[in-house]
Amino acid sequence: MSRITERIIAAKRRGGAFIPFVSAGDPDMATSLSIVLKLAESGSDVIELGVPFSDPMADGPTIQRSSQRALDNGVTLKDVLDLPAEFRKQRDIPIVLFSYFNPILRFGIDEFATAAAASGVDGVLLTDVIEGEAAAISARFADDGIDLISLVAPTTTDERLAAICRNARGFIYAVSRAGVTGARETTSSAAEELVRRVRRFTDLPIAVGFGISTADQVSDVWKYADAAVVGSAIVAEIEKSVSPDDAVRRVEEFVNGLLPPVAKGVDEN
Amino acid sequence: MNYEPNEQGYWGEYGGRFVPETLVAPLDELTSGYFAVRDDPGFHAEFQDLLQNYVGRPSPLYYAKRLSETLGGAKIYLKREDLNHTGAHKINNCIGQILLARRMGKKRIIAETGAGQHGVATATVCALFGLECVVYMGTEDMRRQELNVFRMRLLGAEVRGVDSGSCTLKDAINEALRDWVTNVDTTYYLLGSALGPHPYPLMVRDFQSVIGREARDQIIEKEGRLPDVLVACVGGGSNSIGLFHPFLNDNVRMIGVEAGGRGETLGEHAARFMAAGRVGVLQGTKSYLLQDNDGQIALTHSVSAGLDYASIGPEHAYLHDMNRVEYASANDEDALAAFSTLSETEGIIPALESSHAVAHAIKIAPEMSANDIMIVNLSGRGDKDVNTVQEEFVKRNI
Ligand SMILES: Cc1ncc(COP(=O)(O)O)c(C=O)c1O
Repeated sequence: MSRITERIIAAKRRGGAFIPFVSAGDPDMATSLSIVLKLAESGSDVIELGVPFSDPMADGPTIQRSSQRALDNGVTLKDVLDLPAEFRKQRDIPIVLFSYFNPILRFGIDEFATAAAASGVDGVLLTDVIEGEAAAISARFADDGIDLISLVAPTTTDERLAAICRNARGFIYAVSRAGVTGARETTSSAAEELVRRVRRFTDLPIAVGFGISTADQVSDVWKYADAAVVGSAIVAEIEKSVSPDDAVRRVEEFVNGLLPPVAKGVDEN
Repeated sequence: MNYEPNEQGYWGEYGGRFVPETLVAPLDELTSGYFAVRDDPGFHAEFQDLLQNYVGRPSPLYYAKRLSETLGGAKIYLKREDLNHTGAHKINNCIGQILLARRMGKKRIIAETGAGQHGVATATVCALFGLECVVYMGTEDMRRQELNVFRMRLLGAEVRGVDSGSCTLKDAINEALRDWVTNVDTTYYLLGSALGPHPYPLMVRDFQSVIGREARDQIIEKEGRLPDVLVACVGGGSNSIGLFHPFLNDNVRMIGVEAGGRGETLGEHAARFMAAGRVGVLQGTKSYLLQDNDGQIALTHSVSAGLDYASIGPEHAYLHDMNRVEYASANDEDALAAFSTLSETEGIIPALESSHAVAHAIKIAPEMSANDIMIVNLSGRGDKDVNTVQEEFVKRNI
């Protein structure tokens, strides 16, 4: 069982796993590292780090802007890969890189797998690589001990769910609704139905993401899934910040308000 | 050879589907919808009827006598897509796709547009069938093509400005994809070029191939033989592939002309096959792509909005690697000069996109003999560009 899988299953026993997302390098690499360390301290079980991309077609405005801020600061994939290495000196929580395919393709799939593994990355999610294309990449990543995380959506047919789950590793990322990333007040009922369908095809833990932004949504997701992913709502706090310290403080405060007390401070690492 | 992609939509290593998982189901639905009508005589009868009676096809194949004589070389024929209803080849694809959308029961149509020609053509077919229409357009392109924005609104479409990235075609496609992923149940995405995830490059090519089929018949009728060379401009690649495709198995030379912009530095042009273009993935398809060393998509520049795009249709990437089609570029200056030349010698004001093809014809025709026959695809008319050209002339004291 991979580190990611183990970690989510352990967290689920206490209620549920919390997976925050931030874009690496927003507002800059140093602050990003501080934010990620703070997230680790504040009850995160797995951390998703977005690789900035010029054309994030699956993202709503909040993450688009965040990605652009990082790019405007000259953040490269190489810089992003340095972050887990620094983080690992202090924390052991699994890290998943969240990327569009082109930066990885340009870096070289082999070179990327080697570099990511060396830096302590546990998993990679490729937003625009789907089942069929993913098999060879997943096998290559597995050679370096990296899980290629699979996404499923409410529109995914049972036939595809079966195929996706057959090759899946780490956890299954269930997209809560048809749409792009972005904070919402309520989670669509499509999410619960999707998780129920996915369960029939895999024992891997299931995370629900896209549009989760409140404590109520998190605890609601935990009722039927193993993990809740919160992205845009955290990124929006970073966007509102007036200084690096303020960004770290805002993220901490926001996450404290998101998680029930039991889930907090349980980072055994 | 039949130049068909494989079942996953690949021509060699190019094409395929690189999309968020949510879009797989609608793309599958679109693919099966398209394959259901692809060989259906009823569908084709309807398509042909509208092409003939609404678009005004067949478009003439016109012998440009004065231009040919002025250049003193090959005999140049112009395939007059500029005479189509709405003024460009884009309408051919829109007629095909709107008929498909109707068969699929879709009531809401979205599209992206660069020069505005595809947006106008989409707004037109939506008006024709009483369907809701939303067109995404980069704010930079809205500025360059103000008249087309107004035309779309006149036709009842909602034009949504996109001000991310370079505020041009690429960004409009991102926004259209975001809309589609959010509204998959109700919405049909009417993509305007031979780009994007499978089945779009195949479907758009099929619908545009009417250009080449007609041109082939027309030249045989007029000259009793096939042409020596075909020339077309290449943005996403639809007017060019439409002209080329029916000639692929013939002994005919083909040249696609990309936008050379204002220089060879990355960011200053949209010539994907120049040195900077590397294979990559953008907006659902794998093809040649203008990008930096870090895999970020490069900004592009062309005086013509319709050629200002960082990637190129996957079938072109394949034909390029096979050496079946040659690719050249014409820069802004060449295109502007060709715009004037064609206006003055033939009384035909070409679109700035098409002016790139004309520029290349002007360059190579004098090296050819008077027995050689060249067909240039005049993909659109220049009315939409008159303001831009005026501004560009003022800048240059012309
Ligand atoms: C008149 C005209 N020609 C050519 C193009 C380029 O597109 P494509 O390469 O798909 O033909 C456009 C695009 O807007 C256009 O309006």
